[in-house]
Amino acid sequence: MARFLPPESFGAATGDIALLPFNFERSGANQYLVANLVGDFVRLTEDELHRLVDLQVRPGDGLYEKAYAAHLLTGTNQKAQRQLLAARLRSRMSFLQQTTPLHIFVVTLRCEHSCPYCQVSRQSTDRSRFDMSEQTAMRALDIAFASPTARIKIEFQGGEPLLNFPLIRTIVAAAKQRSGKKLDFVIASNLALLDNTVLEFCKENDVLLSTSLDGPADLHNQNRPRPGANSHELAVAGIRRAREVLGPDKVGALMTTTEASLDRVDEIIDEYLQLGLDGIFLRPLSPFGFAIKTKQFAKYDAQKWLAFYERGLRRVLEINRQGTPFREFYAALLLTRMLSDRPIGYIDLRSPAGAGLGALVYNYDGSVFASDEGRMLAETGDDAFRLGHVEHDSYNSLILSDKLIGAISKSLTQCAPECSTCVYESHCGADPVYHHATQGDALGIKPLSAFCARQKGIMGLLLDILENSPEDAAILRRWAAA
Amino acid sequence: MTLPLYGTASQSSGFSSDRTRSVLRLRSPGSTAERDVADFALTRTPDDVRRAIEADWPSIFVVSDAPINFPGTFRGRLVAVPTKYDYLGDGDVIGFDHVSRKFRTLYRRNSAHNSFLVTERCNNYCLMCSQPPKAVDDRWILSEIKESLALIDAATRALTFTGGETLSDWEDFIAVLKECRDRLPATAVQVLTNGRAFADSRIVDAWRDIGHPNLMAAIPVYAPVDHVHDHVVQAKGAFDETMLGILKLKDRGQRVEIRIVLHALTAPIIEDTGKWIARNLPFVDHVALMGLENTGFAIANDAMLWMDPMDYGDGLARAVEHLSAAGVSASVYNLPKCVLPKSVWPHALQSISDWKNGFVEECARCDEKSTCSGFFTTGRPRFSHGVRAITAKRKLNELAV
Ligand code: SF4
Ligand code: SF4
Repeated sequence: MARFLPPESFGAATGDIALLPFNFERSGANQYLVANLVGDFVRLTEDELHRLVDLQVRPGDGLYEKAYAAHLLTGTNQKAQRQLLAARLRSRMSFLQQTTPLHIFVVTLRCEHSCPYCQVSRQSTDRSRFDMSEQTAMRALDIAFASPTARIKIEFQGGEPLLNFPLIRTIVAAAKQRSGKKLDFVIASNLALLDNTVLEFCKENDVLLSTSLDGPADLHNQNRPRPGANSHELAVAGIRRAREVLGPDKVGALMTTTEASLDRVDEIIDEYLQLGLDGIFLRPLSPFGFAIKTKQFAKYDAQKWLAFYERGLRRVLEINRQGTPFREFYAALLLTRMLSDRPIGYIDLRSPAGAGLGALVYNYDGSVFASDEGRMLAETGDDAFRLGHVEHDSYNSLILSDKLIGAISKSLTQCAPECSTCVYESHCGADPVYHHATQGDALGIKPLSAFCARQKGIMGLLLDILENSPEDAAILRRWAAA
Repeated sequence: MTLPLYGTASQSSGFSSDRTRSVLRLRSPGSTAERDVADFALTRTPDDVRRAIEADWPSIFVVSDAPINFPGTFRGRLVAVPTKYDYLGDGDVIGFDHVSRKFRTLYRRNSAHNSFLVTERCNNYCLMCSQPPKAVDDRWILSEIKESLALIDAATRALTFTGGETLSDWEDFIAVLKECRDRLPATAVQVLTNGRAFADSRIVDAWRDIGHPNLMAAIPVYAPVDHVHDHVVQAKGAFDETMLGILKLKDRGQRVEIRIVLHALTAPIIEDTGKWIARNLPFVDHVALMGLENTGFAIANDAMLWMDPMDYGDGLARAVEHLSAAGVSASVYNLPKCVLPKSVWPHALQSISDWKNGFVEECARCDEKSTCSGFFTTGRPRFSHGVRAITAKRKLNELAV
């Protein structure tokens, strides 16, 4: 029998050890948060970080093992770790293979609500010149069907899209007649005009409904004035009815946060819970359209919003601990990125940005935008994200337009100042439209960006819970599970 | 119970001298199946022999301790083995060496645990190897396997190829797998390999090109750190090659099982290893966490390797949790239920091959025996101090705690 060799015989010599790329950030007096190339987190003490960077590590000293398992270092002549990181990165980025899966049709700009923060800048209901024409719709469909992805989602928006319901019918029928793509349909509506005809149509065509629900009645109605002040009543009735007729998974609700929401997150969550919804998306107020004009956006800053978010998340966790499964969807999204390599192509949380590559928006008048927010900017006179018009453009000319390529390539987090060295970069995203709207620049100065402050705040909070609160961590892990 | 799978024939005759080995298939004397030249009538009594001769069997296999008289007119092939090989039955396949009369049972039709040893050569030298590698020219084994494949029942559910390193002569071995694909398309094939060969793209391409409908490469990964794995397998650079191999297999859509043998070098870090696999390799098809078979090198290295499963059960449970949460299917092999945390029970399988599986006295009064792995009977079995019958009373007591 040959002799067996002791452990020391298998360790790499110092000269054969090399660092792999990683980002880090001080997270305490003597502590650093470190993220490897694909965003796995590990904590190192200051001393450990210095020894690692100086390659003062030896197999067997504990730090070598910690750093090796976390892909912070490798053997100079080894290949597997680099290949593994490449494979994982490829998986994480593979959402790029689905180019432009979302197509938003603004079938009318008219609305019977008059919300002060309205991101779409309503037009009063009687002006039919704010409806999309059938000819425009068909041209938009041509473009949507020219996108390379095998499955597309067509979302109807407004204004209030149900004010132009006949066109929705026409588009759904026409899309179904064309072959070659799997289709999903969504109507984003305030449900005030929901009736049996609409419900039947949705049922027949497997159309999902997405609506707005801002919280308890007084808050919702204050946010969403309409004659009769019954927006909340109609939305709640609509959600109930739609769940009944279409099924609980066929209708979703989204909230808009306003200054009035900030102290009331528990009540808002309870409203969702009572309606039997399976989670809530605690959204920030976006700085577009009327929101900027009416100065609503400036009224609260990122820190106030983060406090609101944290209180909300903790309330949601409490609900789960008490035995009711209920999610906060933004956390679920981030956790999926933090704890797995599944490709998440969420429009606002990816780099390269989702503008155009993730979605195209066809406005009622035929102009095409890189994102819904880009359309709202145009309503206030800023055409930065208007890519073209259905009459003179093709899918290719829109996607390859200088405007879009410029915005996307300028905003890549992978090489942006601050982002490229940020410990959260793997899980964050480029939001060129937001930064253009708030800072006049698609890239933006991240230390001044509320988007960035929110991202860092939420991910820091999630990490804290994952590391320090085992019971809540188990709940968060479930949200990220496949 | 340990079945004797090899031995020496007490008598043989009629083998031609143009080859040194033959593969035999045993058949009931009354079998009406079409006869192959490899077929021998399986007989146990003088009556059986008489009937076989009447039925014109040119080749006869006798399982008996008593000498059996053959009529002088019998000119065919004859092999006789002692009664302790009585387990042999219709459809079983045996490899037989003409000169030494040594034979090995290669395939038992009624067993769910058929495995072929492909070679004794290996480029690892694992501290706990149950089949210690030998640097010998044993390429004849592959031809014997090829011959055997033609004789085994097409209804066989599963076959395992083991070594040594099965891919030592990769081209010949791939040819064997192609044979499996063609002759036994309904048989699941598992290949135990250290995976290092797959770092070579030619080999992994050849593996994919077999196009076998149900083929799994079962590859050990002992730690998330290079030198720890390399120490266990006693080969510097093995971790890198094995990992590359796994990545290349999965990149080509091939099925991979990761196997982790649990002992004092791997079990204390099993939670880390499980978590690491869940995070880095969630795309593997299965993870097997395996109790140590105390045989071969494991006996020599007992002082370095023995760890009572009771002392790593919690880490094992957490490893299983991490894997399951990532959607990776995980099983625990070779560990009896009484030494495992209850959360692991649904993952614990009766994995020990029938021919080397046994229980201890305590098990007779245990409620879980029918679903328990029990123990290896090979080598020098070591028992956990936690082996204790699970009874309704014990369960009640545990609930009370
Ligand atoms: S936006 Fe902020 S949090 Fe996101 S990657 Fe850039 S610097 Fe990091
Ligand atoms: S007592 Fe025997 S049968 Fe029962 S769990 Fe333990 S090893 Fe298995």
